[in-house]
Amino acid sequence: MAEYKINLPVTEEEIRKLKVGDQVLLSGVMSTGRDGAHKYIMNHHPDFIRPYFENSVLYHCGPVVGKNEDGSWKFVAAGPTTSIREEPYEAHVIEEYKLRGVIGKGGMREKTLEALKKNGAVYLHAVGGAAAAQASAVKEVLDVFLLEELGVPEAFWIIRVEDFPVVVTMDSHGNSLHDVIREKSSKIADELIGE
Amino acid sequence: MNYDFEQLKGFFLEQIRLAATSLPAQTRKGLELAMEREENGSVAENVFKQLIENVKIAEENSVPICQDTGTHIHYIYYPVGMREADIEKAVLEATKEATALSYLRPNAVDPITDKNSGNNIGKKNPQIHFHQWDNDYIHGKLMLKGGGSENVSTQYKLPDTKLHAGRDLEGVRKVIIDAVRNAQGMGCAPGVLGVGIGGDRGSSFITAKEQLFRNLFDENENKELAELEKKLFDQINTLGIGPMGFGGNTTVMGVKLGTAHRLPASFFVSIAYMCWAYRKAEVIIKADGIEYKN
Repeated sequence: MAEYKINLPVTEEEIRKLKVGDQVLLSGVMSTGRDGAHKYIMNHHPDFIRPYFENSVLYHCGPVVGKNEDGSWKFVAAGPTTSIREEPYEAHVIEEYKLRGVIGKGGMREKTLEALKKNGAVYLHAVGGAAAAQASAVKEVLDVFLLEELGVPEAFWIIRVEDFPVVVTMDSHGNSLHDVIREKSSKIADELIGE
Repeated sequence: MNYDFEQLKGFFLEQIRLAATSLPAQTRKGLELAMEREENGSVAENVFKQLIENVKIAEENSVPICQDTGTHIHYIYYPVGMREADIEKAVLEATKEATALSYLRPNAVDPITDKNSGNNIGKKNPQIHFHQWDNDYIHGKLMLKGGGSENVSTQYKLPDTKLHAGRDLEGVRKVIIDAVRNAQGMGCAPGVLGVGIGGDRGSSFITAKEQLFRNLFDENENKELAELEKKLFDQINTLGIGPMGFGGNTTVMGVKLGTAHRLPASFFVSIAYMCWAYRKAEVIIKADGIEYKN
């Protein structure tokens, strides 16, 4: 387990260095996107999000937002949402938009793991429910797309973060911490359930 | 009680703010105990440090602990002579205001149009369970339950052939372990399980959620259930799922079992999985003063 600081945008080479269990502090510009955003991407393949996705990461997050005194947006609470709901779409999004990673919680499955390996990307786990701390790492809201159509939680929020803490739980070499824990715990559960 | 509408609204607004931004002492204790069970320097221990730090930041800044401020489950006990509709209106207005103040995320979405109402008001949102009682004051209990933990909540129908789970407490034990295994870290482990045994499909889940209003460290009044709660707590924590599913010694902080009489033909077991951000707050509105508990 190593500790890294990564600035976004990031190269494939840097991402390939990361292994399951590594702790990373991310800085730079990224976009949020969850269920509504994935649905929109699959239906419309929008270009507006391309510059923010390419060589950066997509954060599965539906924030609580507020306004600063000057009228600009701020993130008040911004933890990860459960990623598995995007499993049917994520591999496509990673490939089409050249994402270098996704941030979420709970991990994802085979299809995404395969896409991470093929395209040089990682799954980064943020601590679920630690939203106040995570919002304090979001230094600026640069823009928002489709706020009216999708609503606050589902819109594409473009944010600049500093030292945003995550753990690599699926790397670009086919390893998934979630698979390991699922297999181990399942075996113990079978024993406890018995005949 | 001679409180006007604005005052009543204010009391519920403060209850909502407390629930969203300040974790109950019982949950904080649960997290501290969980952290002690993890190895020094482990990723699991680091997660607990982040959770506890987050709780502190949220309280100090009066911001939500988690961005998913969940569904709002209110139980409101009120005296004879008060109108339910007046209380309901105060709760709804307090909810709108709490959303505008960013204590709550707009969380009510129309399933047909996909439109977010923007203020947390919608069909069956918030959920308010009214009970008139013989006391001369209002007692409001509120729980915020996030969507991630709701998604891993589940219902079993006994017997369950695959799990060899029969129609008895041993069968109940088996399906609860299966539910936690299936949830992995996705419900923001370590969780607290509210379990409804019996009932019909609807009342079974309501019974499950009502268990979550109990104190995390209380003991079940029923001896058999108290023993099963302890057994399940110990057994589930050997699964090794740990906080966030990263691996670790605490997968659940508590197991709370409750029952409802069932139909002869049905035996449901409903498991309401509560995330670690186990948010509750109570308000007691009396003629001579207001008390908040959390």
